[in-house]
Amino acid sequence: MEDTLLIDAVERFVKGEMSPEEEAYFMDLRKNNPDVDQAVVEQIFFLNELNKFANTRDFRHQLHETEAILVKEGMINRSPLNKGSKVVFLWTRYKRTIAVAASIAGLVSLGIGTIVSNLSTKPEQNIKPLVDKLHQQENKTRQIEKKVNQLAAASSQEMIPKVTAKFRATGFMIDVNNNYIITNAHVVREAKNQLVIENNKGEQFSATSVYVNFENDLAVLKVTDENFKKLSPTPFSIKKQPADLGEQVFMLGFPKQEIVYGEGYVSARNGYKMDTIYCQLNTSANEGTSGSPVINKSGELLGIISSMETNAEGVVFAIKSNSIFAAIDAIKQLEGHDGIKITSQPSLKGVDRVQQIKKVQDYVFMVKGN
Amino acid sequence: MTQLENEKALLEGLATRDKVAIEKIYREHYNMIQSMVIHNSGTGDDAADIFQETMIVLYEKSTTEGFELNCQLKTFIYSVARRLWLKKLSTALRYAPAADSADEVVAVEEDLEYHEKRHTEFSIMDQALSKMGEPCKSLLESYYLQKKNMQQIATEFGYTNADNAKTQKYKCLVRLKKLFFQQYKNL
Repeated sequence: MEDTLLIDAVERFVKGEMSPEEEAYFMDLRKNNPDVDQAVVEQIFFLNELNKFANTRDFRHQLHETEAILVKEGMINRSPLNKGSKVVFLWTRYKRTIAVAASIAGLVSLGIGTIVSNLSTKPEQNIKPLVDKLHQQENKTRQIEKKVNQLAAASSQEMIPKVTAKFRATGFMIDVNNNYIITNAHVVREAKNQLVIENNKGEQFSATSVYVNFENDLAVLKVTDENFKKLSPTPFSIKKQPADLGEQVFMLGFPKQEIVYGEGYVSARNGYKMDTIYCQLNTSANEGTSGSPVINKSGELLGIISSMETNAEGVVFAIKSNSIFAAIDAIKQLEGHDGIKITSQPSLKGVDRVQQIKKVQDYVFMVKGN
Repeated sequence: MTQLENEKALLEGLATRDKVAIEKIYREHYNMIQSMVIHNSGTGDDAADIFQETMIVLYEKSTTEGFELNCQLKTFIYSVARRLWLKKLSTALRYAPAADSADEVVAVEEDLEYHEKRHTEFSIMDQALSKMGEPCKSLLESYYLQKKNMQQIATEFGYTNADNAKTQKYKCLVRLKKLFFQQYKNL
């Protein structure tokens, strides 16, 4: 008897699907043929094993489901999957990855939700008309929206993005002679194919990385695009001394498709687990702000936003400015640059904040790539 | 219903993997196990793990033929969980547990031995299944684990008829058997 035939017979025998004659024949066969009998016993044993496996697995599944309910109720104290605090990098990965991340960590779904809504063009669903009267208004808004979209479509024809970006972070110009832009090494790592910088108007310019140092998480990009217009010298300088505790700082970055201003203060001299590369800021930061400049009120750059602690409110880490000097020294060794000039006297001193922002924002760019 | 009958019904429900029964046992006995684990240098996670394993021991026992619980459910659960936790503690060498014989415990060695055996068998089957390629794996899963009928499977997998799917399934089963017994006979 062939193997598969025997298995079939045994399965039908176990399930009681055999006709009485067939069963009699089958039993006869087993009696007179020890090999067949052995095969049958083995097969029955194996089916039983499979069955037990299926049931236990099913039971375990039920256990997990029940446990999940009770964890929600607070009866069972399971710690969340990521034990202890963790530092996360602050660049934005576009939609697809966010969906994956959201499905993994339901815990941060609130934050993730806002990110997704920023990135998707889905109409706002949180605002629902309260009374019927609003419908008229809504229609009007819709008409306006339509017009705006048409305009946007028309204007975007002139400004076709160079790349379909997979991520977005921030970077800023430090040297206008060579168009060197500073950002995080972990951002550049994401750009497997193309890298561009994008200004506040949505214009993109190609760039290449000329220096990447994962140890202090710094990268220097060079804008290579011919269409990039040279800027006047940077309005900020780079601070030579370490940041002072309590020093008030501001940041400009791209947590969304628009430049965003933030404020905070230096809360510790070192970073996560006393990492001396970083200093700690008390401020809010979101995905996309990786690479943002941290500037004090006199217009001195004292750090670059890099990461934040996940389970503590407002704990953000910035790479200290001395790493920038190290980076500059390193690129000075490279060939083909036309003399790096770092501003030594910031033009931001004594100017009010609104003016400071106006001056700085032209030097801050989105860093995108795929 | 007396408590005894109540518990019997609960265990019958457990044997059929009934959700309600599982949740009820959790609600009635989890706290006791949690405090036992936490008072013996464990964490909330340890407690949840230990209770899960205890539930599996209880499930395995409830599905054996002629099963009977000779003590209160509470005592059984406590005894198993305590045993499991002490074992985990001593293997981790984190802490030499002091024998606190003041608690009411029953002998559960046999149950745990049986559990160990079942656990090994489970792992072997799990590994054997994971070594199977596709479509074999899904085919076997669908028939033997999800208990779908052959006609349904043929349609899902795109076989022209149930007989072809069946032939394929048998071939896969022979391979799985081989993988399983290779490990099983090494025990």
